[in-house]
Amino acid sequence: MTASPPARSAGAPSGDAVLELRAVTTEIRSLRGRVRPVDGVSLTVHAGEVVGVVGESGSGKSMTAFSVLQLFPTKAARVIAGEVLLAGRDLLTLRPEALRRVRGREVAMIFQDAASYLNPVLTVGAQLEQQLQAHDMARGAEARVAELLRDVGLTPEVAKRYPHELSGGQCQRVGIASALACSPALVIADEPTTALDVTIQAQVLRLLARLQREHDLALLLITHDLGVVAEVCDRVYVMYAGQIVEEAPVERLFAEPQHPYTQGLLAGVLDLLDPKPIQAAIKGSVPDLRDPPSGCRFHPRCPHVMPRCSSDVPPLLLRGESRSACWLHDDPDASQGAPT
Amino acid sequence: MSAGRGTKALGAYALERLVNAVPLVLGVIVVNFLLISLAPGDPVTALIGEFPAPPEYVERVRAQYGLDQSVPERLVRYLGSVVRGDLGFSFANRQPVLDLVVQRLGRTMLLMLTTVVLATFVGVVLGVWAARRPNSAVDGGATGFALAGYSIPEFWLGQILILVFAVWLGWLPAGGFRSIRAEYVGLDAVWDQARHMILPVLALSFRYMAITTRLTRASLLEVMNADYILAARARGLSERRVLWEHGLRAAALPIITVIGYNFSFIVAGSALVETVFGWPGVGRLMYDSIFTRDYPVLLGILLLVSITVILVNLVTDIAYALADPRVRY
Ligand SMILES: Nc1ncnc2c1ncn2[C@@H]1O[C@H](COP(=O)(O)OP(=O)(O)O)[C@@H](O)[C@H]1O
Ligand code: SF4
Ligand SMILES: [Mg+2]
Repeated sequence: MTASPPARSAGAPSGDAVLELRAVTTEIRSLRGRVRPVDGVSLTVHAGEVVGVVGESGSGKSMTAFSVLQLFPTKAARVIAGEVLLAGRDLLTLRPEALRRVRGREVAMIFQDAASYLNPVLTVGAQLEQQLQAHDMARGAEARVAELLRDVGLTPEVAKRYPHELSGGQCQRVGIASALACSPALVIADEPTTALDVTIQAQVLRLLARLQREHDLALLLITHDLGVVAEVCDRVYVMYAGQIVEEAPVERLFAEPQHPYTQGLLAGVLDLLDPKPIQAAIKGSVPDLRDPPSGCRFHPRCPHVMPRCSSDVPPLLLRGESRSACWLHDDPDASQGAPT
Repeated sequence: MSAGRGTKALGAYALERLVNAVPLVLGVIVVNFLLISLAPGDPVTALIGEFPAPPEYVERVRAQYGLDQSVPERLVRYLGSVVRGDLGFSFANRQPVLDLVVQRLGRTMLLMLTTVVLATFVGVVLGVWAARRPNSAVDGGATGFALAGYSIPEFWLGQILILVFAVWLGWLPAGGFRSIRAEYVGLDAVWDQARHMILPVLALSFRYMAITTRLTRASLLEVMNADYILAARARGLSERRVLWEHGLRAAALPIITVIGYNFSFIVAGSALVETVFGWPGVGRLMYDSIFTRDYPVLLGILLLVSITVILVNLVTDIAYALADPRVRY
């Protein structure tokens, strides 16, 4: 290593890791073939850290999030390889009942379209109380629900409401209340503000950031919005076609994006602010994962493509405080980064 | 319950629905009356019998029952008496039509309501069982059962049940409403009544068990794919609680709708089953009154059955509104 990295960056020791994914691969089997929306993904979230996962739609961010608790929107999906270590314990080896006890208590999830993640025929209060009961916290549940609702800026009366009586922003506040209900070690938020109105987005994001600080939560924040990343994340993983292509502390990512895909993503953002973008925004779209491109998966869209890019898979290499998977950085002074 | 949804609002809604049903019932009366007036055959002939009667006598009978008047005149007179709660007199049964039809309708309702309860209970249990393990042996069995239920006619099933349980095994009576030879009292009377109901209810409920099984299975399978089911699991709820407290609670909505819808068909099915089992209900009465051209009875049956169906649909709509907080009324 050339520079001594700060505690929460690439190459940091994994001692205080709350969550550590090691080469996790998730497969969806269907009649049309097998897809690996998560293909050998490794990532770490430390205590009190906000880690972002960014990438275009369809790059496998949600599937990575779902892989942690092994809950998928389709029955056909399954984690087929790797380890999901929660404070060192591999969740992939847990029995169903032990895994159930982790869900909602040690690891909580916040979803994109909050309203659809609430049962329309049950009151908000009933759904929060069910969660407390499921984790043997039934005593004083009603008071706890009122407290949680107040914490997220709602009135306790909301407990008596049905989801359709609430706005999108209020539903997401309920989602956040549910995530905090059992004081989890880790919260995974999958695009928590994407479905909301722009003005509400900022409010909900600020609320989430405040609660993260107050409770010193480890937060895995999945988003395709680089503005959100810049505002709240400490460290970022960039995902492309089911794989991590870059990891960096947030300032490094914006100051010196390493991977051509990251550079393209940033160019898309900077377009709005800077008349001379770093590079043209990325053309084309995420490839069909049933038949991913050979070598570097980004090569059909990469402006720097070289002959070896289409044949050899570039490894994630440490370069300064960043790691990236690109043959451009295959210079002799770069060393292979140890998984964090 | 939130603002605008309460017992008061529900009562107002029910009242409004009842008021809206009045023109519908009036329409039913008029259409039935006209249809029957146009039907071939002379009720006077049926009354007097096939004997060659003197023409003056025939005319006197015709005038006595108002049958010499024009159809519109008779319709107006009929509507007037219906409004006063008088449905006429049955010559064949020597009884006021209202008393007769209400008594028979009560017996039919006993069959139908038992059928609805049994079919719903069995159908929901089998449907949940099948949905929990789609494409398993249990699911295959439930599918086979449902197919049989869809395709076997009630009257055929009724005859098979009589053959097996009454004729061969001798466990249950082959028909009738209750035993006539023995006079039972108290619990014995209830048991005697129940024994007479078992076979007709089975014959009548088979199809609706099948329909409810398929519907519960399909509805539950769909609901269990919903985002909020994933969220309930993510909150750490056990599979059992996810199924019963989230899945079935939401899957119940289409089931409630179909109970109301099925009811109209059960009315039709019960006429066949009553004939097979000699159950003295409204179906049998209808069958008999067609042959005796007992038109006041026929009209009375059609009127009261229509009102019953309207009421049952209202009750299911109210049940739906109570089960689904999104329904506005
Ligand atoms: N419900 C699903 N059924 C089948 N395949 C799915 C489903 N959801 C996602 N996938 C597959 O996984 C890939 C990654 O999806 P996702 O993780 O939702 O991406 P992101 O969250 O980054 O937009 C999709 O391109 C698709 O191939
Ligand atoms: S490895 Fe090649 S194709 Fe892939 S990002 Fe780097 S330069 Fe582009
Ligand atoms: Mg997503």
